Amino acid sequence: MAKYIVKRILFGIATAFIVATLTFFIMNLVPGGPFLSEKAVTPAAQEALEAKYGLDKPLFQQYLTYMGDLLHGDLGDSLKKRGFTVNRIIETKFPVSARLGGIAMLVAFFLGVPLGCIAAYKRGKVVDNFIIVFSTAGIAIPSFLSSTLLMYILSTKLGLLPSLGLSEPKSYIMPVIALALYPTCYIARLMRSSMLDVIGQDYMRTARAKGVSTFKMIFKHALRNAILPVVTYMGPLLASLMTGSFIIEKIFTIPGLGHEFVGAITSRDYPLIMGTTIFLATFIIVMNVVVDILYAFIDPRIKLK
Amino acid sequence: MEEKKKNILSMQLNVDDFVPASPDEKESLVVMRESVNFWQDGFRRLRRNKIAMTALVVVIIMLILAFIVPVFYPYGYEQQIKGAERLAPMEYSSTELEAIANGESVFPHILGTDQNGRDYCIRVLVGARVSMTVGIVASALILLIGASIGAIAGFFGGMVDMVIMRIVDILYTVPDVLIIILLAQALQFPLQNLAKVPGFGWITAMGPNMMSMFVVFALLYWVGMARIVRGQIMVLKQNEYVTAAKALGATNGRVIKKHLITNCIGTLIVTTTLQIPSSIFTESFLSFLGIGVQAPMPSLGSLASAALNGLQTYPEKLFAPAVMIFIIILSFNLLGDGLRDAFDPKMK
Repeated sequence: MAKYIVKRILFGIATAFIVATLTFFIMNLVPGGPFLSEKAVTPAAQEALEAKYGLDKPLFQQYLTYMGDLLHGDLGDSLKKRGFTVNRIIETKFPVSARLGGIAMLVAFFLGVPLGCIAAYKRGKVVDNFIIVFSTAGIAIPSFLSSTLLMYILSTKLGLLPSLGLSEPKSYIMPVIALALYPTCYIARLMRSSMLDVIGQDYMRTARAKGVSTFKMIFKHALRNAILPVVTYMGPLLASLMTGSFIIEKIFTIPGLGHEFVGAITSRDYPLIMGTTIFLATFIIVMNVVVDILYAFIDPRIKLK
Repeated sequence: MEEKKKNILSMQLNVDDFVPASPDEKESLVVMRESVNFWQDGFRRLRRNKIAMTALVVVIIMLILAFIVPVFYPYGYEQQIKGAERLAPMEYSSTELEAIANGESVFPHILGTDQNGRDYCIRVLVGARVSMTVGIVASALILLIGASIGAIAGFFGGMVDMVIMRIVDILYTVPDVLIIILLAQALQFPLQNLAKVPGFGWITAMGPNMMSMFVVFALLYWVGMARIVRGQIMVLKQNEYVTAAKALGATNGRVIKKHLITNCIGTLIVTTTLQIPSSIFTESFLSFLGIGVQAPMPSLGSLASAALNGLQTYPEKLFAPAVMIFIIILSFNLLGDGLRDAFDPKMK
């Protein structure tokens, strides 16, 4: 197992390195540049700016410099937000997105899993149909629609919740609902179908014959076996939720990483693009390794090799 | 003639066993019912699924609304009607009211008009057409690329598989927003130039942004399909018929095309159907960001995004495209679920 984990980590580092390299070259080869869109930049001033940030050097040399700095953990200075290092921007923006995403993740997990279990146990009954209808409808709503509708109803029409920012605990409610809606419904569907497989197994009948209560049967015996697909889905999901959704951060005016990232891409803030991409990539890779290791804990029959 | 008692150890065959069959006996071998092939079996099961059939009907209605109705619709999606800006649903402008008073018949603006005096109903319909076109074409591209790459990885295994799966890992890890925005910018000029070349004029009609969106789908989103197909092929290639085909001298390409892909066709249909709503999702997200289809061509995402600014005063402008997106995605999802129940061999 230790060998497997080491191997996965090495592969992960290689993947992150390739992603960084690809991003660097694609980003630089696409026409346009960070200082072209700015007003009142004379050619001389532009050259001076490029020289200051080393953009006048040959591309390959820029790449080597960047990679060298990266090995020391230095992600460089932002080109657009003068005076801010990329490390600083990620340090301030990531916690905002991560807190929101983490809450949404918890909501999705602790709502989706029980809903799926109940639907599977009450298969064909009213409760099941109700859950199916709602979860199928839930995955058909794009997040920008759910968030605008929430905002329109709860804050514009009823005036119950603040529509902008994250200044008070109340203001987390709408972004969390909008973020968690899709994963909750998806997890409920996933849970239901894998639970249906497990409920038909012989050991479930054995458990019942032994006199195990229904609650314990579903949430202890069956859940452990049925939750693997959900765990697979949750690894990448956690990464994407915690690193911020651009749409939701834009609609609710939340100063998070997702918003920052799209802003960086459109304004060609090269170091910020690189830094965020590497950060996101590493996060996803780590989550995937964690999921694989979790597998072995949840289902001891799975051998990591 | 008395039959001699047969020795138990005798190898002599019993002649009675080889008498020609009587008509009675032949009767039992006549096929009473046509054998059901894979497709008939699947469609029979699909037809019994009420939800899936309803979804199929809704999908067909949506296709008619999006592709056929706009042809006959009295207004064009970019036609600006002077004096008819920002009309409420079913409202007429003053000039139109005058025309009605003079006995002319004016087609009502069912959903009103937008700030440029364009009929909103036709814009929503054309938006649905754009979104559905993107969804279907992108899914076809993903099917083609994902299935071929997945089949190659699964069939050859070893080094080939290892390299392809590492590429899949990398594509999973690269943030797609980054690639989409950069590619859309990078492809804009080459595509505009290409559109000037004779024979490529259709690119202008479709808009370079839509083209670059297809390129993005083709480059990035095949990975899921490839993973699924690879898994299937790895199981299927253990079957005896593959060994038999190889023994008969079939080339690898033939084995993949004739034997393996045809045997996972159920999975391919289901995955492609479920890919359509997810492509529409991505398209509406991109149009929402403003890097989707180009104005004045509408898509459901760009209509919803434009309606956000006037949400307080004209909420119905958001609801129309929103409901459209919801119905299209929901019906494709339900249809895909029904197809899975009908065609997935594991569900039998």
